[in-house]
Amino acid sequence: MSALLSVRDLRVGFATEGGLLQAVDGVSFDLAAGEVLAIVGESGSGKSVTAQTILGLTRSPNARIEGSARLDETDLLAADDETMRTTRGDRVAMVFQDPMTSFNPVYRIGAQIGEAIRAHRRDVSRKEARERAVELLDSVGISDAARRVDSYPHEFSGGMRQRAMIAMALALEPEVLIADEPTTALDVTVQAQILQLIEQLNRERGLATILITHDLGVVAETADRVLVMYAGRVVEEGTLEEIFYDPQHPYTWGLLGSLTRLDRERPERLPQIGGAPPSLLDLPAGCSFRPRCSYAFDRCGELPSLDARLPDAPGHLDRCWLDLETKRERRPT
Amino acid sequence: MTAEPLLKVTDLVKHFPVKRELLFDREIDQVRAVDGVSFEVRKGETLGLVGESGSGKSTLCRAVLQLTEPTSGSVRFEGREIAGLSRREMRPLRREMQMIFQDPYASLNPRKRIGQIVGEPLRLQGVARGSELRGQVRELLDRVGLSAEHYDRFPHEFSGGQRQRIGIARALALRPKLIFADEPVSALDVSIRAQIVNLLDDLQAEFGLTYVFVAHDIGVVRHVSDRIAVMHDGKIVEEGPADRVCEQPRDAYTKTLLAAVPIPDPHEARARRQTVGPG
Repeated sequence: MSALLSVRDLRVGFATEGGLLQAVDGVSFDLAAGEVLAIVGESGSGKSVTAQTILGLTRSPNARIEGSARLDETDLLAADDETMRTTRGDRVAMVFQDPMTSFNPVYRIGAQIGEAIRAHRRDVSRKEARERAVELLDSVGISDAARRVDSYPHEFSGGMRQRAMIAMALALEPEVLIADEPTTALDVTVQAQILQLIEQLNRERGLATILITHDLGVVAETADRVLVMYAGRVVEEGTLEEIFYDPQHPYTWGLLGSLTRLDRERPERLPQIGGAPPSLLDLPAGCSFRPRCSYAFDRCGELPSLDARLPDAPGHLDRCWLDLETKRERRPT
Repeated sequence: MTAEPLLKVTDLVKHFPVKRELLFDREIDQVRAVDGVSFEVRKGETLGLVGESGSGKSTLCRAVLQLTEPTSGSVRFEGREIAGLSRREMRPLRREMQMIFQDPYASLNPRKRIGQIVGEPLRLQGVARGSELRGQVRELLDRVGLSAEHYDRFPHEFSGGQRQRIGIARALALRPKLIFADEPVSALDVSIRAQIVNLLDDLQAEFGLTYVFVAHDIGVVRHVSDRIAVMHDGKIVEEGPADRVCEQPRDAYTKTLLAAVPIPDPHEARARRQTVGPG
């Protein structure tokens, strides 16, 4: 599979009063058409900054951005502002956690979708844009779209706003959709519908999707491949099956282990990861997870590279010094 | 089940008027946020209250604790009717019933030091002061996994998980019998969630606490609860032992809710998608 979007050694640092904050430290991945790549991590892991940087949204005088993000021949990190303006929406679109903040409360939903179309396609008339908005709302499962197109954002429920935002993101038929915690603010019954919609768009339109989430349940339901991030770095990367059934990094073990699962008997006590994520301004030397890791040993003072460590899985990468035997033996099931 | 329940709620109703202002405020409709709810909580157990946004679970908590006046119905705490008690009459009872909130940051005064925040209930209720108060606060901080050196710090210096520990220490200060925890872990990172769940567990065992654990995440609710009550549209639609409700739900809404929870297992998730089909 050839990559549609190819990110190489992405580094994003911000100059702060407390020194340089390295929010993203060497992230690489490929995304193919029709694929869903999940980026999993907690707050401060760098998952959202990675996505925002690809879209040129973190550019500022105090940001230091290195690496490349190629969409075909265009390096999005090096492209000028004008190129980025046309790329955003047209080729790469983004959906955020809170749809209320993405719509202007004083304009009708349809007018905003129409505006997004006309900003990129000058030859589209108002009337055509409105018709297109109705089609789009209908395609994301909003019933009675011809009437609802004239609603204001506050007249929509949370789930409908999220659908409308996806409709707006799809307005220009982008090749890549970046969804940053698209269902976190929604009720689970609505979440299930939105995830199903994203999956359908992938299948039917070959839309490539980066799904940013902290929820491993959401990942299991939708992703093809997974990046697990911790303190600005990828600590494990693999297919959905590799991450869930053969996880290699103790942080991934911890995340999977601490879930409260309805499909299993409940444990007497919930397995927990001790401590808290480190400050990005004061990272421990070597592996960032070392202070919280119950398997840490001398060598962890040295930063492990992200490598394929399993003989039969060249695409399954991790950053952990433990040898395979020890991992298989000590990994919780 | 011979003993009197610690808390017995019967037919509790909380309606909010919907008003339209012409010349006078005129009530044109009502929002039935809590619409005739009955349940019991026995000493030492955890009752999980699960529901989606708008189900009325938070209003129910507030109405039970008399933080908002119920429209009608009865709330008995240790056999005594508390619905309709005045603020002054409620005051001694506040020692017995405490609340933990979702966003610990919003519930902590940013200009006060942690020691003051945790010690405030003790001071207001006249339980302790001076060096005795400080000693008790240090002990509480230690008990929830913070240290005495945190005493003089401000809320913004703490992470989300630590702030929730502060909220828990404050709720514990007066040695309450009953704690309402309203979405206590839903704003926390995954790796911190388990720590707080386990801490609440330990404290329950140590102090013989009784919890009403309110959350939208039925997975967490099932883990912590002995019994679960499912709320929908202001009513409890199903109640029963935690495992029974999750494994053999009887109510249609409970079934819908459970079917929508993502399964963190790709094979099982796929199998369910194929059997249930879309929707």
